[in-house]
Amino acid sequence: MTALTLDAKPGDPGSMPRALPWRRMVLVTWLQHRGALIGVVAVLATVAAYLGIMGVLIHHAWDMSLHCRPVTAAACVAQGNSFSEQWHSGATIAFPLQLLPALIGAFVGAPVLAREMETGTFRYSWTQGFGRTRWIIAKLALIGALLALIAAAFGVLVNWYFGPFDAGGQLIPLDPRIFDLEGLAFPGWVLAAFAIGAFAGLAIRRVVPAMATTMAVVGGLGLAAGLYLRQHYLPPLVMASVNGPSQVDWVLGSWYTGRGGQVLNWYVVNQACPGPGPGNSSPGAGPQCLPQHGITQWWSYQPPSRYWPFQGIEGGALLALTVLLIAATIWLVHRKAA
Amino acid sequence: MNIIETSGLGKRYGRTWALRECTSAIPEGHLTALVGPNGAGKTTLLHLLVGLINATTGTATVLGGRPVGSRAALDGIAFVAQDTPVYTSLSAANIVRVARNLNRDFDPPYARARLEELDIPLDKKAAHLSGGQRAQLALTMALARRPRLLVLDEPLAALDPLARHDFMATVLAAMSEDGLSVLLSSHVLAELERVADYLVLMTRGQVRVADTVEDLLASHRVLTGPTAAADRLARELGVIQDRRAEAQAHLLVRGSGPGDPVPPGWEAHPVSMEELVLAYLRAESAAVPQASSSARPTTPMGVAR
Repeated sequence: MTALTLDAKPGDPGSMPRALPWRRMVLVTWLQHRGALIGVVAVLATVAAYLGIMGVLIHHAWDMSLHCRPVTAAACVAQGNSFSEQWHSGATIAFPLQLLPALIGAFVGAPVLAREMETGTFRYSWTQGFGRTRWIIAKLALIGALLALIAAAFGVLVNWYFGPFDAGGQLIPLDPRIFDLEGLAFPGWVLAAFAIGAFAGLAIRRVVPAMATTMAVVGGLGLAAGLYLRQHYLPPLVMASVNGPSQVDWVLGSWYTGRGGQVLNWYVVNQACPGPGPGNSSPGAGPQCLPQHGITQWWSYQPPSRYWPFQGIEGGALLALTVLLIAATIWLVHRKAA
Repeated sequence: MNIIETSGLGKRYGRTWALRECTSAIPEGHLTALVGPNGAGKTTLLHLLVGLINATTGTATVLGGRPVGSRAALDGIAFVAQDTPVYTSLSAANIVRVARNLNRDFDPPYARARLEELDIPLDKKAAHLSGGQRAQLALTMALARRPRLLVLDEPLAALDPLARHDFMATVLAAMSEDGLSVLLSSHVLAELERVADYLVLMTRGQVRVADTVEDLLASHRVLTGPTAAADRLARELGVIQDRRAEAQAHLLVRGSGPGDPVPPGWEAHPVSMEELVLAYLRAESAAVPQASSSARPTTPMGVAR
């Protein structure tokens, strides 16, 4: 009797019906999150249009000043100045761009679960035939993949936009202002912010507090990476030099040692060779003063050749964080922590 | 076939047991009213049955032996949670599209026809619908899944009398058309009295009574007689409610059926469902051990302790 009733339902072979196809979640995800996704695309497209137009002008100015002959001609000097002016407007865009991952995490990531929890619709979504575990896997994977694609394309554009400034010496490749807006790091930050938002939404269960928490966490993590963590991805190189590393190196620190190798504080150095501050041995006592007193100046720095290794390290670490948080979110939904 | 079967089911939150030792079996085809005061554990039981939460102890199956929360169970149960949540940022038309994609046998033409019948605009965001319309929308989404068991948590609480009537009319129509079983929790008794044919009564995390309304009404009666003889009678019979005045005593007793002999000097009156439920609730809230023991099962399916 029981078996008969069980089999009476069409498309129900045995006691375990086949799972609904994953593709059904595409429309569901789109309908529920299109507002946030359209918003992200609109903001990034606007910024991208600006970067594209300005980038063309910047590249043009750079090419002109690069190929201007003779370099000492007044026209060429003017050309060079005009490129330098581009730099001022070009550099300021980096600051608002730094906010993008946090905003994406807050506006796309946090509401995915927080809105369902806040409005109670999770009790609807999680009791549908699709199943709650596959539901959350599909949603996070679809939105995450879309964000990663958009962010990767955006990172390439930012790389191209800042290219002339790298070449022109205004920027070093590892400059903290732009490093995380480019290459592998930017999609890494966007994905990590999304995952932080989704996890915070499930943990906090309220949209606005989850958004605020996401922004705070992503912002804090970004500052920590830029100010403290990134310089330690690989042990810094150390060199002894009066003039310091080349202009494209990322200088992390400088110190002095005496004849016996003991570290000297700046006061002692200034006594011996008055005038110079750290990294500036002229015009005070002249560049020969330090060697004459047996003082060596040391520098620690990261060379530009480490740009891609660092991109790989940062992108990889953020991807690992993303995977961890998404897995935790899926696990919490699966084991019915609600 | 039992549409719901639980065995020693319990759910603990921290140190508090929201549900304890729930063992029951509800046969297919009933409109079961799950009644009890606030905090009795009704919502916890419903959430366990639809697979929203995991049990701390015990087991539960639905639709004839499918484990709760399994794919097979999810396919056959539609749940409308308290306050009838719907995706407020979506239009009714898109809510239908989401439901279609999340379920195996969802019936969009039925859903759209039903919404049209209810004058619920398909293009308007659900946020702009009235409370009654939202409840009807949620119910329509549940019925269009063509479930075999419909579980409703306090569906009537937020509705005005007319909307309550319409809502219950929809449920009853679906029952007669599709033969589905319904489990409905409520503390609004008046609306259920006419429609429910199976009653589960819960207080303080435990099921006290579970039986068909017909059997419950047949097995309970009020005996009216001299107060002087009440004590002796009360010792012999299972008294649920004992009201005594100077001369007359009214004892609500549980017997085996209408054929029970009436003690000499006493009159027997039938009870209404509302009277019965209130008597059990009063007996429980008085927390007299004797009152609990009087609710012990006299039929195998009766009560779980």
